[in-house]
Amino acid sequence: MQWKIFLAFFRVGIFGYGGGPASIPLVQKEVVEHYNWMSDEEFGDTLAIANTLPGPIVTKLAGYIGYSRGGVLGALNGVTAIIAPTALLMILFFSILSQYRDASWVSGLANGVLPVVTVLMGVLTWGFIKKSGGDLGWTKTIAFIIGAAVVLGVLGVHPAIVIAVLLIAALVQKDPPKREEDAST
Amino acid sequence: MIYLEVFMAFFIPGILGYGGGPASIPLIQHEVVNRYEWMSMSEFSEVLAISNALPGPIATKMAGYIGYEVAGWPGLAAGLFATVAPSLILMIVLMGFLYKYRHSPKVKRLTAYVRPVIGVLLGILTLQFFTNAWEGAGGWQTAGMLVASYLLLEKTKLHPALVIVLAIIYGILFLG
Repeated sequence: MQWKIFLAFFRVGIFGYGGGPASIPLVQKEVVEHYNWMSDEEFGDTLAIANTLPGPIVTKLAGYIGYSRGGVLGALNGVTAIIAPTALLMILFFSILSQYRDASWVSGLANGVLPVVTVLMGVLTWGFIKKSGGDLGWTKTIAFIIGAAVVLGVLGVHPAIVIAVLLIAALVQKDPPKREEDAST
Repeated sequence: MIYLEVFMAFFIPGILGYGGGPASIPLIQHEVVNRYEWMSMSEFSEVLAISNALPGPIATKMAGYIGYEVAGWPGLAAGLFATVAPSLILMIVLMGFLYKYRHSPKVKRLTAYVRPVIGVLLGILTLQFFTNAWEGAGGWQTAGMLVASYLLLEKTKLHPALVIVLAIIYGILFLG
């Protein structure tokens, strides 16, 4: 079983491009279709719950599914399989690069990469904003964005403080009574 | 205590970044570049680019590599543990509770309220990368590459890893 857990998440880590969230469908393929560890519906629920918590999602899936199949060792196994191979590749890449630190082509590399990173981050930014627009409505989203831009960009408050305040606000705010009934069912 | 610093630098982004690994990128940047000053903005952008070009989750690749750079193998372990463990432990311990309340408006609001803030943080980071690109490669080169990489990524849907490799080759040949 431990070997299967390792293989399943090793494959997700090594074939999943575009970061963790982009490789969620690969997890589904391994866990639901290939190994039959859960039904589609169970997988959907697990994913929804992973989404309600902060932090990387695909490692939570690897850890939780590893845990439910093989205990604490399974959790360690699943997480290691998904993150270790590519983290080691990173270190290998940069240790080779650092031998040429002073060569002019290395600064060329950095210059070449910056515009692409700018575009990737810009696209990611738009994704988050668009999703917010869908969740909260555009008026609220724009108000949030302006507020956050002032507090973070102009006043320079640490992002951790802003997020912590919002999390508390989300929890203390009273729910509309009708929605509360849905929640308890 | 360097290991504790590495732990904290990745614990905070891991525990506050709603929306998966990518959401924690600007928070990681804040800790690594602004707070602990372990690397410059341009080094950080290289790390981010290579993280994007390699397969697998991005936040853990950054945590592992930066932890290793700052404090060797124990640093790698501290960075990875801080990124992955807290929310995974929460998930395992609170599974029953979370399952029961997964449709609660309170739980949905947590993500909904934090998401636009993450959007703003990502936007600020994008602007900083843009300024750095401008200073590094000059206005015309930057503008051209921005348009080219946008078209390749979003219109022709070329694989991001390929676009990054092309940009690296172009940079080495013409921007060194």
